[in-house]
Amino acid sequence: MPPHVPRVGSPSGEPPPVRIESSGFVRAALASGRWARTAKALAALACAAFIAGCSHDDGPWRLTDVTGHLPDLAFKLTEDNGQSVDATAFRGRTTLVYFGYTHCPDVCPETMARLMQVLEKLPPADAKQVRILFISVDPARDTPQALHAYVSAFDAEHIRGLTGTDAQVESLAKRYRVAYQMEKRDPNGNYEVTHSSAVYIFDRDGRARLLATSGDSPDAIAQDLRRVIEHDA
Amino acid sequence: MSITSCLRNQRPTATIAALTAALFCLGAMSSTPASAAGAAAVSATNAWIRWLPSNLPAAGYVTLTNASDKNIDLTDVTSPDYGSAMLHQTVSNGSTTNMVMVDKATVPAHGSLKIAPGGYHIMLEEPAHKIAPGDTVHVKLTFSDGETLVAPFTVKSPATAK
Repeated sequence: MPPHVPRVGSPSGEPPPVRIESSGFVRAALASGRWARTAKALAALACAAFIAGCSHDDGPWRLTDVTGHLPDLAFKLTEDNGQSVDATAFRGRTTLVYFGYTHCPDVCPETMARLMQVLEKLPPADAKQVRILFISVDPARDTPQALHAYVSAFDAEHIRGLTGTDAQVESLAKRYRVAYQMEKRDPNGNYEVTHSSAVYIFDRDGRARLLATSGDSPDAIAQDLRRVIEHDA
Repeated sequence: MSITSCLRNQRPTATIAALTAALFCLGAMSSTPASAAGAAAVSATNAWIRWLPSNLPAAGYVTLTNASDKNIDLTDVTSPDYGSAMLHQTVSNGSTTNMVMVDKATVPAHGSLKIAPGGYHIMLEEPAHKIAPGDTVHVKLTFSDGETLVAPFTVKSPATAK
C-alpha cells in the first residue's frame, strides 16, 4: 500500500495485514508441546500481573483527586522543636496536611486519631514514608512547645506540629483555600476557631494529590494513600 | 456527723423520712452509678474522655439510653473533676466545622442519644486535679425529668481512643 493512501476507508475495506515476526527458534519452541505449555503459563502469569497492577493503580480514587488543581506543598513555618522549617524538608515523604488547633477538643483530635488508624492499616514500610503535618490556625496559643506536647500525645514518630506568624499561616491557608476564623471570646478569654476539616495528601515530590474529608473512612484513606506511596516508590 | 447523731434531734416522722433517705442512699451507693436510683429512665454506657495534654480542653463522650416512653432532654452537665463542663455540638458548614454551645440534647423515648466524636460532646476544661489516661472521672448529668446521673468516664489517650 502506497504511503499516501489513507488506511481508513481503503476500497478493499480490509484491515491492514498484521505480520507476526517469528524466528526459527520460536517456531521450533512452539512446535514442542512442553514449550507451548510453558509459554501459555507465562502468558497467563503476565496477564494476571497486568490485571492485578491495574486494579491497584487505576480505577477511581476513593478520596477526592485534586491532582493538578492545587499548588505544590510550599511553606515557611516553625516546627514543634522550635526550628524554622520549609516544605523541602518533607520532600521524599508522603505528607498529610491538616489545619487545626490544640484547643479543639472534638474534631481535631478525632481527625488525628483517624489518621493514626490509617497508619496502622498501612504496611509498616509504607507507614514509615508518611509524615502528618498538624498546622496550627491558632498561632497565638499554639507555641512550638504547646504543639510538641500535643503531637507527642498522639505519635511523635509520624506527626510534626507546625506554627508560625499570623502572616505565614494566613498565606499558607490561602494557598490551599483553607478557611478559618477566630470566633468570639468567652468571658474567660477562651475562643473557638472555625476551620476546615479536610486532610490534604501530597506525594513525595510535594504535589497535591488527594483530599480526605471527615466522611472518608480510615480504610478509604489507607487504600488511596497506599496507592500514592507505592506508585511513587 | 454520723447518721445516728443526726437522727437524735429529729421528730419521729422526720426521723423515719431521714432513715428512709439514708437507706435509699446506701442502696444507691452500692449499685453501679449507671443504674443508680433504679427508677431513672436514662442510663449511661460507653462513657469516656479523650484526654489531651497541657490541660487542653478535653471532650467527653457517652451513650444515653432512655427506657421511658417520653423524650427526655439532657439539660446540664457538671463535673467534680473539672472546673467547667459544657455541652457542645460540632457543626459542619460545607468544608468547615465549628463548635457551638447547646442548651440541651434530646434522648428519644425508647431510644438512645450517642454523644460521639463529630457530633455532640461534653467539653471539659480546668481540671481540678492532675488527670491522665487510665483514670476515671465523673460527670453529673441532669435531665429534664428532674433526674440526675453521676456517670464514671474512662480517661483515654488521644491516639487510641475510639
